[in-house]
Amino acid sequence: MSETPLASLPKPAPTEGHPLLEVRKLRKFFPTRAHTFGLRRQWVRAVDEVSFALERGKTLALVGESGCGKSTVGRSILRLVEPTGGEILLDGAHIEALSERRLRPLRRRMQVVFQDPFSSLNPRLTVYEILAEPIRNFGLAQGREAERARIARLLEAVRLPRDALSRRPHEFSGGQRQRIGIARALAPDPELLVCDEAVAALDVSVKAQILNLLADLQESLGLAVLFISHDLAVVEHLAHRIAVMYLGRIVEEAPNEALFAAPHHPYTRALLSAVPVPDPFAPRRRIVLKGDVPSPLHPPPGCHFHTRCPYAVARCREEVPKLRSVGPGHVSACHFDIPLAS
Amino acid sequence: MTASSSQELAIAPEVAVAPELPEIWPPVRRRRGFLGFVLKHPTIAIGGLLILVMALIAVFAPYLGTVDPTALAPARRLRPPSRDYWFGTDMLGRDVYSRVIYGSRVSLIVGIAVSAVACALGMMIGLLSGFIRWLDAILMRVMDGVMSIPSILLAIALMALTRGSVRNVIIAISIAEVPRVARLVRGVVLSLREQPFVEAAVAAGTRRFMILWRHIVPNTLAPLTVQATYISASAMITEAILSFIGAGTPPIIPSWGNIMAEGRALWEVTPSIVFFPAIFLSLTVLAVNLLGDGLRDALDPRLMRRI
Repeated sequence: MSETPLASLPKPAPTEGHPLLEVRKLRKFFPTRAHTFGLRRQWVRAVDEVSFALERGKTLALVGESGCGKSTVGRSILRLVEPTGGEILLDGAHIEALSERRLRPLRRRMQVVFQDPFSSLNPRLTVYEILAEPIRNFGLAQGREAERARIARLLEAVRLPRDALSRRPHEFSGGQRQRIGIARALAPDPELLVCDEAVAALDVSVKAQILNLLADLQESLGLAVLFISHDLAVVEHLAHRIAVMYLGRIVEEAPNEALFAAPHHPYTRALLSAVPVPDPFAPRRRIVLKGDVPSPLHPPPGCHFHTRCPYAVARCREEVPKLRSVGPGHVSACHFDIPLAS
Repeated sequence: MTASSSQELAIAPEVAVAPELPEIWPPVRRRRGFLGFVLKHPTIAIGGLLILVMALIAVFAPYLGTVDPTALAPARRLRPPSRDYWFGTDMLGRDVYSRVIYGSRVSLIVGIAVSAVACALGMMIGLLSGFIRWLDAILMRVMDGVMSIPSILLAIALMALTRGSVRNVIIAISIAEVPRVARLVRGVVLSLREQPFVEAAVAAGTRRFMILWRHIVPNTLAPLTVQATYISASAMITEAILSFIGAGTPPIIPSWGNIMAEGRALWEVTPSIVFFPAIFLSLTVLAVNLLGDGLRDALDPRLMRRI
């Protein structure tokens, strides 16, 4: 057991044909504060019919501006918020409507790393207590010695010093805290890791360390990672597939290379043109979008992006574009094939 | 586990990759002796010292040169302070010094017991309504109802229903204070349950009771401690008011409130009867408030370093 760090539990044999995680037409509407007399309750359509699949050992990045619903997708999958509609399948089994009691054993298989390394750790617990919690919850170590050994391996896996165990979160830097957060997520030996802006709060050099660590861990543990981020530069180095979200919908999904080489949706192109290039002489053409993201309370009819799209025509205002195939494994929700060089 | 593989990783060459985390812990241990603490939190030190003195006075009342506080001596009534009667005597010739010293027992017991009872009840109600959605509306409307009655009026009304005794005074004042604690705890619980560390615990399969016990209750204790000191200060005042208007501690038990009440009519003749219990009450309430202010600053989560 001690020879194979972390991967000590027998993995269920991969079921034929199932992706590890499949999300079908996921919807999450948040009610706005009800009118005093119960009239006209409005809904914020944070996530509106989002579908995707994530294979074992792969990384799917979910990118978009803040407020586009990408975090809500992650939190719905983990059932930290209750989805309004749609289906979530973990290894082929529906989990969107399971009761908390039935869901609890499945929670071991999907864990989360949050953005804020300060508020994601209970300030009153020691690192040992933080890491022991999931292990005890799922009964993953018999006896004190096994628990200690397991926690020591976790620390090693995230490259934290051994004497960190008796300390409390405030004694650590942001990057170290994020390592603690990752160790906690790995503690129950999950198959799916949801990284909700896991490096967004870190400065550049620490960000690189944590990204390296995540990539290492994914490779050695065979984790599937749902990497939620607004930072395309980060995503480019980590993701196998990238899904771009805008106002609660996925507008384009493609393999990493295909998305960067041949972005199809006008929104994706605008996003990509905003990624900084570390070369002052590189020819750049920024596509600058006008206006703001419309309110998800009153999303525009038709294509959600038409209010800001430089190519929008009448059809875009009326007809919702469906995701359609525009290349191998590459789907985009735009009515038109706008040439890249335009 | 692969030890290190910065090279194999898909990080672009132009991205500077920082070296491995050095295993260095600064050998700094912040020293803080007793003096350091006093200098850092003078209000806690002063308030705590005053309360300690009051507590010692209350505990050792019989040994502080007192006589029976209820012993009557009509021949020597209304004496001004003198060497024999440090604080003078009242209209029945009782020694005011002994009465004030014994009276501190009532005030301190009421102050401590009310904050303990109100915090325990308020904590339970606050946790329930912060954690159970459907109970929230019911419990908080009841709390609003209790709060809509001024606490002193509520205490008077409750005392009117029962016999005057220290226990009943404690119950009456506690009921009036519970809603404040419940609101505070509920507010803290509502903000805590949205914290990522609570969500992480949910994701890690922690049961609801354990989430409450491990992640929420410990983090409510700091604001609750501060609130408890304010409650005990206001409970002491409320007790004095109740005794002053004759609705509180029965007259046979000396309390600062009823000493003042009895001296009220004669305060132009012998002001010392009112003066000394008033000074003691003010000092004690001041001390408790100082302690509360100091704790509020010391337990501020932004400054929290060692709790």
